[in-house]
Amino acid sequence: MNAFDEANINKFKSYFLMFCFSLIIIALGYVFGNIYGKGNKSIILSFMIIAFIISVIMALISYYTGDKAALSISRAYPANRKDHAHYINSVEGLAIAAQIPVPKIYVLPEQAINAFATGRGPEHASIAVTEGALKKLNRVELEGVIAHELGHVKNYDMRLMTITVILVGLIALMSDFFFRSMLFGGSGDNNNRELNPIFLIIGMALAVLAPIIAQLIQLAISRKREYVADATGAILSRHPQGLADALKKIKDDGLETKNASKATAHLYFSKPLRSGLWNNMFSTHPPIDERIRRLQAM
Amino acid sequence: MSMILWVLLIVVAAILLYLIVAYNRFVVLKNRIDNAWAQIDVQLKRRYDLIPNLIETVKGYAKHEKKVFTEVTAARTAMMSATTLSEKAKANNHLSETLKSLFAVAENYPKLEANQNFLMLQEELAGTESKIAYARQAYNDSVLSYNNGVQIFPGSVVAGMFNFKQREFFKTEEAEKEAVKVKFE
Repeated sequence: MNAFDEANINKFKSYFLMFCFSLIIIALGYVFGNIYGKGNKSIILSFMIIAFIISVIMALISYYTGDKAALSISRAYPANRKDHAHYINSVEGLAIAAQIPVPKIYVLPEQAINAFATGRGPEHASIAVTEGALKKLNRVELEGVIAHELGHVKNYDMRLMTITVILVGLIALMSDFFFRSMLFGGSGDNNNRELNPIFLIIGMALAVLAPIIAQLIQLAISRKREYVADATGAILSRHPQGLADALKKIKDDGLETKNASKATAHLYFSKPLRSGLWNNMFSTHPPIDERIRRLQAM
Repeated sequence: MSMILWVLLIVVAAILLYLIVAYNRFVVLKNRIDNAWAQIDVQLKRRYDLIPNLIETVKGYAKHEKKVFTEVTAARTAMMSATTLSEKAKANNHLSETLKSLFAVAENYPKLEANQNFLMLQEELAGTESKIAYARQAYNDSVLSYNNGVQIFPGSVVAGMFNFKQREFFKTEEAEKEAVKVKFE
């Protein structure tokens, strides 16, 4: 499939998954709403609204300061023209191709080949590449990696993932309060407590499953956006093979990116944490072989 | 009677809204093209400014390679006097060719190749050549989006109404065919 179609189809898939999210939230709201009679609803509802507002505020804080946090956790240091002239020139060139402002340019003190981009949009973006990548990748491969990262910036992926995280949080909250209210619901006004048993059972099942399903959907969205970034990178660099070769080198290299944590793992070019059993469904990144295959088909 | 009037009003409002949105979109796309063009000029100017320094550095080690210096200087002057898009494309290609020859010549002088200033200039020029290519790519991408908008129906109607015309691409095929192959002993 060519790069343009690859980008568009995966973008569409990610939006469809967001839509599924909202369906889950609506379903949860409907089922939970139907479990209780009129009495207990308003207290639980007001708690939920407060908790939701708090989680939105937290998400907004992470949205606006997340890039600084990610750079500091990963021990990024600014690139300079003396040591990293080629890297800086490549970023500036690709930013011209992408028609976005040049992001702030950093280097990561790691020997593994990796990179990440962060920032809520093209005006506030930063890109970081590991020392390992600068050493081990040739010009074309490095430009492929940079193009992929600029693709993330251009596609506002951090914004999308922040919204997704808010929605996951909301679903977790709803399930959480469902269980809490089951515990203290009995102390309310017993006359108004009309539990509908069918909804109760569905509600419990949903309350357990929904947060897990939400996580899975979030990871699926993350994977689709990685494909989009690969395709956008191919369009920008006009050389998908460069990206594919970089991925092959990463695969053969086998090193783990040390300074990544679970919080920042999804930002990286290739999965930084060692992959365990949960390789596919629970992974923030699609499998390397599949990424290489799609790139070579562009 | 009033029902028909309402429907008519809504239809007219919808058409007006569409016209506004379409017009604004054309303005945005057209401005992107102009911005991309300016970006090409920025990179061309940067290369123009780097070249004298490069020539001086190479002359310091390879004084007698006069032919290649003259050719680069002439190509550089031609680049600045080019005005139309196709003139610029041709001149750009010619200048790139002469620079390639200059760097090929430099390979015969190991002391020059080790000179820090020369290496820095080489990297800067390589970077600038790359940026010129990317700027051309961005320009062509903008032209493509704009031309698509102008040609696809019903946008084509709006384009006709407000006189938005197709723009041309920054091509290099003709330029490459006619590029002067720089020879030197």
